Amino acid sequence: MSTTVTREEIEQRVFKALEEFGAEPDQINPDAEFEAMDVDSLDLVELAQIVEDEYGVQLKGEDMEGIKTVRQAVDLVMSKLG
Amino acid sequence: MGAMSNGRPDGCALVTGASRGIGAAIAKALAREGWPVGVNYRSDSEGAEAVVKEITDAGGRAVAVKADISDIDAADTLFKRLEEELGPVLVLVNNAGVRADGLSPQIDDEDWSKVIDTNLSAAFRLTRRALRPMIRGRFGRVVNIASIVGAERANPGQANYAASKAGLVAMTKTVAAEVARRGVTVNAVAPGLIETDMTEGIGDGLLQHVPARRAGTPDDVAACVRFLVSQDAGYVTGVCLTVDGGLTA
Repeated sequence: MSTTVTREEIEQRVFKALEEFGAEPDQINPDAEFEAMDVDSLDLVELAQIVEDEYGVQLKGEDMEGIKTVRQAVDLVMSKLG
Repeated sequence: MGAMSNGRPDGCALVTGASRGIGAAIAKALAREGWPVGVNYRSDSEGAEAVVKEITDAGGRAVAVKADISDIDAADTLFKRLEEELGPVLVLVNNAGVRADGLSPQIDDEDWSKVIDTNLSAAFRLTRRALRPMIRGRFGRVVNIASIVGAERANPGQANYAASKAGLVAMTKTVAAEVARRGVTVNAVAPGLIETDMTEGIGDGLLQHVPARRAGTPDDVAACVRFLVSQDAGYVTGVCLTVDGGLTA
């Protein structure tokens, strides 16, 4: 299943999650910083859960350290999908 | 989170150690509130089935689920089973607890670990497993059954038990603060002297110190849990509600 997921799909899924978390849709873009969108640590935990549930990728707390933007998060997921 | 009934999402409650005593009273109280209930037990299948029968006879839904919660895989097993049979677990009551009393010089490693594992570590593992769907569903209730022994009171002979229960209250407050913004509340209830099999024989000398002049009943504790689980208690989180007839007042 994991091999068929595209970068765009993951990015769109992350965008959708950010909207659920309350980020302003016009603020959401690949280089927007989570902090600037008022996306907090619990939101990122939930994002990690979504990614795990939907793509089978396990993200641990240490993986998420230093992840500040959507692009970095998508890069991380893509690297885990290998 | 699917359909709603009574203004709350559909799902079920899991009560650990619910085959007798306080856990059984809690399971029945939540069933009366309309929650389908997972009645967890470790060894007393007869007791658990009796609780299930009482609930179903009264028109409620319940299933007995066997698991030793100190087993590291128990949380996943329990939750998967309940998710299949009763829906997502939106209420978790960590009630199962054990004692292995002795004055500290005589508490060996095994008795220390057994009590900490069941009363504290297992409660954490179950809570961790429960939080995921609760956070996603924007609703959840976790109630940890602590004790006045621990953070409130010393009780010589229960260093392990006291440490586990004080730890449980500390965990309660911390997790409550972490997840409050998702509509998930995490609270504790600290019973004093309650008449159960587990407290048989230890309360006799204590009764004269209880301002209410009686031991509490499992239903006294269940009533507190029922409130904390209710929609009305949505703004109550991170507290430890003492139910002890004034003993620690």
